[in-house]
Amino acid sequence: MRNFQMKRVTLAALTAIFATGLVSISPARAAEAETEMKHVDWTFDGPFGHFDRAQLQRGFKVYQEVCSACHSMNLVAIRTLGQEGGPEFTEAEVKAIAATYTISKDIDENGDVIDRPGKPSDHFPAPFANENAARASNGGALPPDFSVLAKARHGNADYIYSIVTGYEEPPADMTMRTGMHYNTAFHGNQIAMAQPIDDGAVTYDDGTEETLDQYAQDVAAFLYWTAEPKLEARNRTGFKVILFLILFAGLLYFTKKKLWRDVEH
Amino acid sequence: MSGHSSYEFQNGFLRWLDSRLPLPSMLKGQAMDFPTPKNLNYFWTFGGILLLCLVVQIVSGIVLAMHYTPHVDMAFNSVEHIMRDVNYGWLIRYMHANGASMFFIAVYIHMLRGLYYGSYKAPREVLWIIGVLIFLIMMATAFMGYVLPWGQMSFWGATVITNLFSAIPIVGKGIVEWLWGGFAVGNPTLNRFFSLHFLLPFVLAGVVILHIWALHVPGNNNPTGIDPKSPKDTVPFHPYYTVKDGFAIVLFLIFFAVWLFYYPNALGHTDNYIPANPLVTPSHIVPEWYFLPFYAILRAIPSKLGGVIAMFGAIAVLFILPWLDTSRVRSGSFRPLFKVFFWLFVFAGVVLGYCGSQPPEGSLVLIARVATAYYFLFFLLILPLLGIFEKTKPLPASISESVLPKKKAATAEPAQA
Repeated sequence: MRNFQMKRVTLAALTAIFATGLVSISPARAAEAETEMKHVDWTFDGPFGHFDRAQLQRGFKVYQEVCSACHSMNLVAIRTLGQEGGPEFTEAEVKAIAATYTISKDIDENGDVIDRPGKPSDHFPAPFANENAARASNGGALPPDFSVLAKARHGNADYIYSIVTGYEEPPADMTMRTGMHYNTAFHGNQIAMAQPIDDGAVTYDDGTEETLDQYAQDVAAFLYWTAEPKLEARNRTGFKVILFLILFAGLLYFTKKKLWRDVEH
Repeated sequence: MSGHSSYEFQNGFLRWLDSRLPLPSMLKGQAMDFPTPKNLNYFWTFGGILLLCLVVQIVSGIVLAMHYTPHVDMAFNSVEHIMRDVNYGWLIRYMHANGASMFFIAVYIHMLRGLYYGSYKAPREVLWIIGVLIFLIMMATAFMGYVLPWGQMSFWGATVITNLFSAIPIVGKGIVEWLWGGFAVGNPTLNRFFSLHFLLPFVLAGVVILHIWALHVPGNNNPTGIDPKSPKDTVPFHPYYTVKDGFAIVLFLIFFAVWLFYYPNALGHTDNYIPANPLVTPSHIVPEWYFLPFYAILRAIPSKLGGVIAMFGAIAVLFILPWLDTSRVRSGSFRPLFKVFFWLFVFAGVVLGYCGSQPPEGSLVLIARVATAYYFLFFLLILPLLGIFEKTKPLPASISESVLPKKKAATAEPAQA
């Protein structure tokens, strides 16, 4: 009887603490409701997720023709475009892509910096020499580096997609700061970057529709790959490891059962 | 562990070695024949699981250290180099990062099991105290490890936590600058954190040996909390518990693998993929999830020094736990009131964890204070008083007797294995 009463007291206490907790959460939620995250069904979602090669190649094209004007991608080597589990351009294509870049980092015998065409082993060159130069060309804002951007934001690829497709006219009652643009996905809804791309801005050779929505998906997928280039190997290895562990656990379970059969425990 | 066994090995080499260094008979006595209560449930497998966690962290960590560069300008990029260019670098780094979380999940279960079954009571006080020491070293190691990738949370987490010492009157500021090796968190800080993060796991390994030694003197506690009375109450550790622990370890590895391979970044913070920037403070600085309850205790006290004292006090109180619990009955299974307060304690821990993850606003401040108060009351008031006022259930005469009725009731309720 006493035990039963104790349980009721505990239950009441738990309910009270939990209820106060719930009340406190609601205002915080309301404050965040101003940003909107759109969800896309990505091919790389889930335990069997993989990248769509054609999509990564299209996304790379969008990056190359549009984003790379302002955004660096310092940690990504050009050679990785040909790596397994990525856009998988052919070796010749990777060489050709590399050669379109000018790399200014080698020093000749006189000590002068020389320009040379890029090689697959080079990393993508940054559009600006340093942070100040990047800010000076972008109204004081710093375009973030793309290398791991998709992992550095809540929502990952969804976030990139939501930003690129999130441009709208600001609501009438909203005062925009100078040079800022209204974006439904950006924290505070004011983003320094102007809408970077619109329908028809990049030509696709594979017949995919050339719409803002498609560009946004493709570049978001590409950026998820640059952030997580080993995703396919990870998913494949994980499947094998877990399958092995489950079988091993099964064997151990029956071993244990047989071993303990005659022990009262 | 009273002397070594007088076992005569059949193998000539083992006999030869044993007469010079009695390692074979020590292992035979302590790792194979060691009498272990036969009624241990699966909560007792976490000791073995923790040993595995330590090994995984040390092995993966040594490989990471071969490729990592502890310099403020290169640390972030060297971690990405591991992720991109090192063969299976992604596997090793995700294993190490998620392995830390697995280590803490296991250690929290292990500690709560000890708390519930009274495993800290005589004659196991030293065993428990060494365990708390291990927990403390683990926390220091994990904290410094989180700083190494030099992301935003690394930098700002290090800044917040090291700044706690500035709350100490008079010498506080000096201590903080001594910890930093400068006037702010910077390259000297990163270097010493790397050095200590490499060193401490080996200290940990040494203290773990003491922990196991201290365990092997009185032997294992068990779910009934009563001592084995005859050989019928125990089984040799090998093969009975090597196989049972092995099974539990593999189950735990499946759980580990799901995080590692499918949600490798879910337990981390997205901001740590932004390189550290001393000029930009993240809107909301949070430690790793396993520190959240202690972070909530820190913030629950409306004074900086008070908060720091409470946070360290929350761990310090564990050291004297064996003398705070006055009950003569070890196992919570026979303590109806203790059970209620125990689960409330677990709940308070979860509530504190949630409070620690949120900005300290609104009613969360009050909730965190209530939960903090309960955390300390549980140890300092409830446990001492319960031993005096609680009417405990009758204890079984022996371990063997305690497991008998279960066989008959097996059809009515599922056995607890």
